[in-house]
Amino acid sequence: MELLFERSRAGRGMDLLPDCDVPEADFGDELLRQEAPRLPEMAEIDLGRHYTELAKETHGVNDGFYPLGSCTMKYNPRINEELSGLPGFTAIHPLQPENTVQGALQVMYDTEKLLGEITGMDSITLQPAAGAHGEYTGLLLIRSYHLSRGDVGRTKIIVPDSAHGTNPASAVMAGFSVVSVPSNDDGGVDLEALKAAVGDDTAGLMLTNPNTVGIFDPNILEITKIIHEAGGLCYYDGANLNAIMGVVRPGDMGFDCVHVNLHKTFSTPHGGGGPGSGPVGCKAFLADFLPAPQVRMSDGVYSLYAPTNSIGQVRSFGGNFLVVVRALTYILTLGREGIPEASTNAVLNANYMMSLLKGHYDMAYDTVCMHEFVMTLEKLKHDYGVAAMDVAKRLLDFGIHPPTMYFPLIVYEALMIEPTETESKETLDRAAELFLNILEEAKTNGEELHHAPHDCYIGRPDEVNAARKPVLTYSFA
Amino acid sequence: MGSYIPSTAQERQKMLSAMGMSSTDELYASVPESVRLKELNIPSGCTELEVREKITGMAGKNKVFSSIFRGAGAYNHYIPSIVKTITSKEEFVTAYTPYQAEISQGVLQSIFEYQTEMCQLTGMDVANASVYDGAVAAAEAVFMCQERKKQGVIVSGTVDPKVLAVIKTYCASRSVEVKVLPVSDYATDMEALKAALDKTSACVYVQSPNYYGVIEDMDAVVAASHEAGAKVIMGVNPIALGLLKTPGEYGVDIAVGEGQPLGLPLAYGGPYLGFVTTTNAMVRKLPGRIVGETVDAKGKRCYVLTLQAREQHIRREKASSNICSNEALCAMTAAVYLAAMGPKGIRKAAESSAAHAHYLASELCKIPGFQLVTDKPFFHEFVTTTPIPARILEEDLAAEGILCGLPIEEGILWCCTELCTRKKIDELIRVIKAVCQEVA
Repeated sequence: MELLFERSRAGRGMDLLPDCDVPEADFGDELLRQEAPRLPEMAEIDLGRHYTELAKETHGVNDGFYPLGSCTMKYNPRINEELSGLPGFTAIHPLQPENTVQGALQVMYDTEKLLGEITGMDSITLQPAAGAHGEYTGLLLIRSYHLSRGDVGRTKIIVPDSAHGTNPASAVMAGFSVVSVPSNDDGGVDLEALKAAVGDDTAGLMLTNPNTVGIFDPNILEITKIIHEAGGLCYYDGANLNAIMGVVRPGDMGFDCVHVNLHKTFSTPHGGGGPGSGPVGCKAFLADFLPAPQVRMSDGVYSLYAPTNSIGQVRSFGGNFLVVVRALTYILTLGREGIPEASTNAVLNANYMMSLLKGHYDMAYDTVCMHEFVMTLEKLKHDYGVAAMDVAKRLLDFGIHPPTMYFPLIVYEALMIEPTETESKETLDRAAELFLNILEEAKTNGEELHHAPHDCYIGRPDEVNAARKPVLTYSFA
Repeated sequence: MGSYIPSTAQERQKMLSAMGMSSTDELYASVPESVRLKELNIPSGCTELEVREKITGMAGKNKVFSSIFRGAGAYNHYIPSIVKTITSKEEFVTAYTPYQAEISQGVLQSIFEYQTEMCQLTGMDVANASVYDGAVAAAEAVFMCQERKKQGVIVSGTVDPKVLAVIKTYCASRSVEVKVLPVSDYATDMEALKAALDKTSACVYVQSPNYYGVIEDMDAVVAASHEAGAKVIMGVNPIALGLLKTPGEYGVDIAVGEGQPLGLPLAYGGPYLGFVTTTNAMVRKLPGRIVGETVDAKGKRCYVLTLQAREQHIRREKASSNICSNEALCAMTAAVYLAAMGPKGIRKAAESSAAHAHYLASELCKIPGFQLVTDKPFFHEFVTTTPIPARILEEDLAAEGILCGLPIEEGILWCCTELCTRKKIDELIRVIKAVCQEVA
């Protein structure tokens, strides 16, 4: 398909701005750019059609089942979109006087209180713009806490080998070194290895629970106790919070701080990669380190303040505000009953779909799962030469977004499936049937699967060459 | 209460029965009983109509100004109608990160087009697919320049204080020293810069137009920094680049900035768009996602996420950054905005913003007590003194639906865009004169 630049025709364009009604500002030639940027020149209809075509080559949640493990691709309610577009939210400047943005501050304050209840935390900051940004922020709280007590030797963060890549990357950015602990045969944290790993240099532990293999670690209270007894703090990666909302809270499991992903658990859309929002919650003893500004309320009046020992700012202004509006709309809609119901049904859907596939595909862990489960296609690959990648790519032909592939790293030929609560029984039934059909194809006509997908806009791309000889912008003739 | 679960109670029961279970409690057997939550202490849920009323009520408690003369990092530009129409398409809104290229060509191509447009605007070679905002873009850029023996970071005292704060946060956690240069007549103190540079200096970050609106002497910054072997990171306003000399023309190593002026609403601070552009030489230091062109199995041109060996999901603790989610939809917004404006439109927006700012400055300075604090060249922001306390002026203007320039230590930081028409400026001047008279 043509690029914007190839559709461009000299002299075309739109009449968007009136001619200037005041004298031009006079800049000397040496301050001006010498050539105009080669931006597209297009009529509105050409521009509109260009993106309508691009939209057809894009698979969103509304285009079909999206069981992408660890990403919680649930339905994005339309009311959230509409309300986040109200001029009272979109047209306000982030540096307006506080008495002119009381509604915005209330949105933030109320969201903080609700997220605090759901996670079992005392204070929340909405500043982090994404999950990894939240991890970084949370780790800075842990760092500041130890330093404030003169405990300067705590330089290590413990991360299970099943963790998301962002965990170790965030730890390094926050100035820590990373200690990786192995998982046990059940996919949980190996307690003996954990005990051996902790010490005077332990700053904390980063953990996802349910973990990245979709299992709630039954030893969770023992795990957080081991860390606390060693003088470390426990960080909860909220990537998998969608399994346990209203059932059990990170704050009650021994975690000291947590981030949540509004773009996963709280139904805000992923936007093709972002914007997200990664609020961080903490127990009261860490609240004084939170980023500035924070929101507070007194006698019904909201205001901003900087905590006394704040880690500073992790981005400009208060966060991805319009994403927060969407999440607040969602939480108020579901409420006390709906929040736990969403989690329970996410877990029900995952277990139901797993039960339909069990006995045909090998499960990495044969136990009740939480909101997602991991299959291992190691045997299929060995017996028939068909890899997890091949099965995933074949799903594309049927309008299903593939599960997460080759993650977690501790499972060979992994496919991680997360149906979410917003899919119906018949969607799960149909998807399972499709998985079984593909399994049959793998056994009878495996060669064909190496070339899947057959019916998409493109076939498999040459990624090796893309990285070897990078072409990262359009070359104008 | 509201719910987005399609299954009925009967269907749920059927699913449980199929697994040989009778209750969903059995699903949570691994959760220790002692920590099971008895009841979630938040309000009961509500219907769509009820939540609409609640949230609309909150929106109604914010004041939407009809005239905005405040910038300082967030700018009120005209957003063409087609921008919102295109970026509201539900395929774009609800898609995940385009790891599956075969069903994500739309998002991938749009990012490739965005990267190209940002390079055209900045005059740099390559761009990434976005980071969280302009301040984080600056902080990430600082870490692109870190080498084993060159770790010193020098930041001009004229940069946006919020950006400086974020750079300090990012540097403090990795024990990287930040030297902040003194300000000389609202611009970077060049003598102080030369004195601060040595062989351990990794990079110099200067914003132009700077926080006070002044266009910095970037040629001098680049010459001094490169002579000392330090990289130059330039913070830019993307609208200004419709008119002003580009980072590429100055020969900087990295250009970063806040992309919000490119079609994104003020939105009380977010979501915004951090852009990072650099030279071919530094492409493998870029944080976050990058889209590249390639071909599929049949030789058809297509796009993929590339150079992923820099990223956290591959490199873990050795990654160039921890960034995963970015601001993709905001990048698409900027791409559509730039395509709608075209080369002439972006120049017009820049010229009109600058012209109105200069008109406002000259009109303001006719009122006794208002004076430009420096005679250095400025783009669409500038600082004046004020004869009356800024907070009083701010309040009285607010009553007339006008958002005053930002009160800062040195006076008032004013901003104009193409939306600040002559009529609005004349009205502002009229009200200011009235306030001055009243106070006097």
